[in-house]
Amino acid sequence: MAVDIKKYSVTRNACKLCTPLGAALAFSGIENSVPLLHGSQGCSTYIRRYMISHFKEPVDIASTNFSEETAIFGGGLNLKRALDNIITQYKPGMIGVATTCLSETIGDDVPMILRDYKAGKKLEDLPAIVHVSTPSYRGTHADGFHNAVRAIVDTLLPVSEDSRYTGEDTTGSSKLVNIFPEMVSPEDMRYMKEIISSFGLKGIMLPDYSERLEGALWFEFKRIQEGGTKLSDIRKMPSASGSLEFGRILAKGESAGRVLKERFNVPLYNLGLPIGVNETDRFISALNEITGVETPDAIKKERDRLIDSYVDGHKYVSQARAIVYGEEDLVAGIVSFLTEIGIKPVLCASGAKSGLLESVLKDINPDFDKSNALIMSGADFVEIEEIAGRLKPDIIIGHSKGYSVARKLNIPIVRVGFPIHDRFGGSRILHLGYRGAQQLFDRIVNTIMENRQEASDVGWSYI
Amino acid sequence: MEAINILEERKKSIFEKGKENHELSCDKVSLAGSVSQRACVFCGSRVVLYPIADAIHLVHGPIGCAAYTWDIRGALSSGPELHRLSFSTDLSETDIIYGGEKKLEAALDELIDEYKPKAAFVYSTCIVGIIGDDVESVCKKVSQKKGIPVIPVHSEGFKGTKKDGYKAACHALFKLTDREPAQGISKCSINILGEFNIGGEAWIIKDYYKRIGVEVVSVMTGDGRVDEIGRSHGAALNVVQCSGSMTYLAKLMEEKYGIPYIRVSYFGIEDMSAALYDVAAFFKDNLKIMDKTKTLVREEINKIYPALLEMRKDLTGKKAALYVGGTFKAFSLIKALRHLGMDVVLVGTQTGSPEDYKLLKELCDEGTIILDDANPLELSKYIIEKGADLFIGGVKERPIAYKLGLGFCDHNHERKIPLAGYSGMLNFAKEVYDTVMSPVWKLTPRMEKNGR
Repeated sequence: MAVDIKKYSVTRNACKLCTPLGAALAFSGIENSVPLLHGSQGCSTYIRRYMISHFKEPVDIASTNFSEETAIFGGGLNLKRALDNIITQYKPGMIGVATTCLSETIGDDVPMILRDYKAGKKLEDLPAIVHVSTPSYRGTHADGFHNAVRAIVDTLLPVSEDSRYTGEDTTGSSKLVNIFPEMVSPEDMRYMKEIISSFGLKGIMLPDYSERLEGALWFEFKRIQEGGTKLSDIRKMPSASGSLEFGRILAKGESAGRVLKERFNVPLYNLGLPIGVNETDRFISALNEITGVETPDAIKKERDRLIDSYVDGHKYVSQARAIVYGEEDLVAGIVSFLTEIGIKPVLCASGAKSGLLESVLKDINPDFDKSNALIMSGADFVEIEEIAGRLKPDIIIGHSKGYSVARKLNIPIVRVGFPIHDRFGGSRILHLGYRGAQQLFDRIVNTIMENRQEASDVGWSYI
Repeated sequence: MEAINILEERKKSIFEKGKENHELSCDKVSLAGSVSQRACVFCGSRVVLYPIADAIHLVHGPIGCAAYTWDIRGALSSGPELHRLSFSTDLSETDIIYGGEKKLEAALDELIDEYKPKAAFVYSTCIVGIIGDDVESVCKKVSQKKGIPVIPVHSEGFKGTKKDGYKAACHALFKLTDREPAQGISKCSINILGEFNIGGEAWIIKDYYKRIGVEVVSVMTGDGRVDEIGRSHGAALNVVQCSGSMTYLAKLMEEKYGIPYIRVSYFGIEDMSAALYDVAAFFKDNLKIMDKTKTLVREEINKIYPALLEMRKDLTGKKAALYVGGTFKAFSLIKALRHLGMDVVLVGTQTGSPEDYKLLKELCDEGTIILDDANPLELSKYIIEKGADLFIGGVKERPIAYKLGLGFCDHNHERKIPLAGYSGMLNFAKEVYDTVMSPVWKLTPRMEKNGR
């Protein structure tokens, strides 16, 4: 159902971030890469600070550092100088160049500048350079993320690549599968890789910042933290037995998985983010289909325990009313999960406006369609607060920036997604798979329970 | 270990006392590709004006600049909290093509009607000038329509450095002065400039001034109010902290209103005391002020000194590195750390001037590294080389410290704890103690390697 609310020209407490942030995050998931933002110094510094506050890890993002002259004469010189300096300092394997509103508005032709830059160099001395167009006035950080992932595949795997998909196994005993995991947590990434290897597959995850953005202390200094998708693995992607791409909204548009399908005929499995039993079942079925192998026992048992706990806990959450916000695909995943445990999402909001959220949500679960939930695209947190005040939900589910709403209205919040700025351990929140659903379920049940216990006159010692 | 290369162009901005003798290169835009720890012009303006709590702060541009500065500072307000909201014109592609003036005007109308602020600041971001928006005339029009000051802040990110952003903020503040009658203000009165009430610091400082008999007319901008700034021209003296950001405003006010200014710092025992004594000395005709100051300083130091000495026992000989925004804070921190028995082995700032760095060189010990506008690789290199036990900086510096396995103290705008004043010195010492003395370091690779 659409929302009845006065529309403002101004955005107040945004429920979205700008496109270059998503691109910088995606580029950070490639081994030995340095993201470079083509614009003012502030863009990279603000984005670094925002990401560091969440991941609590070094996040080095370079800038081409526009000055007034750059804005007048174009950013070519700065871009080239920045590439030189990054190569000298970091010795990277890849540099991911993302534009900003400034370089896009003045009309810098980045592909041409890069061609020109490469022409003056020995190719073997250069790292891979991937460019993505991310003007912050178009789309949100989620688009920046997806576009950067697509640009990596598009740039590193041109049509002329020899390794066309043949359907044959090219890596010895284990089959290859590509996985495009969306903007998920490092813990999610580790768990997805674990599942994929338990099927006997070799998974190539793009991007994979599970180590780079949640790594160990250093025994000695590291220019770039270890981990990330290897460039050599990306080059193997065309020979995979399939690509698993998470995101039902993403599936409606251009994507890395689609490039691989169109260019190399790699079968594409468009899946929702595997949050909850239903969406995880679809993910597991895709793995069954690719491998022809039965689901490993350990995974089956995780599913069994999860459903057992659903039964044990169902009465605490049944008919509870929830507000969910965040990136559209995350909202879709969370809504699928909530619907299967009997929580009613009364407002599903995103700062993005793909125009697809409502139809995607309706597809997910017929029970949701009957629930008359309000669906809001292009939402900001002042609007969410206003509607939350009317709806009086039992729980709010989303990232840290909803805390001000939760606090004001005295509604408990369960933190998921990005950013987690006001709590510890954002990188270790598990959302995906049966194990992720188990953790979400436990956290939601306990949050509701704690709230009731606190509000009770007597308190109680048993539930 | 792999050697860390310093870029050729950066070498002049780094100096080791006792080893090198070149002038420190500073006051420049950051080098492309060097991963500067600095932000931009917009950042400079935004941090300075941010704490004004009864004004709306509208960021004119695409969403990023507003999103990344939402509730970013721990600047407290005793009343309204408009400063904690993030407003953006959220320009989209069509606005870029057809211009954002109409959207800006509509946004201002909505916000002023809804929140009834005392003033509105409109921050221009990078693309505003490029798409040709006449922000000045939109502000003028809305100001006339709504009857409150609507002030354009020229903070396009690429038009200089963070320092230029400070300047733009000073211009904006200057426009708010002399708007209220200045009657009834004491002869012994001051404005506090460059104090942002992080964790309630301005309240601590105001209390000291009250106790020595000095009236505080306005604080710019901690717990700031538009009307207070409006009568700031009636104060007898401007007391400027965080000199990098606010000296420019003090100069403007000196020129127009004849108000002299002094530069102070409220961090550490020495500088805090010097600040109070300097103000007392300025009002030398009122002898009571100096007497009260002496009593206050004695009382306050007595309160914290025993605890400081206790912590000093364990901290003596530990080494500190610091990377902060401005040099004045660096001076204070060096002195404060010496009080704790610690040696400073690295000092860097984002915005120091040549004169500042000269003073800094004099203050530092032999072998200390001094850097301007450093990047993570340089900071890491010298922290390792100098064997620091503690790094003082902001959120962006924190992972550098932790990855290398040393303690960290947040001295930037995101912290929640007041570090200014005497009680703040105690908080600071405790912060340093808690991190440096934590047993977790014993488990880290660095300590295992060094066999400590």
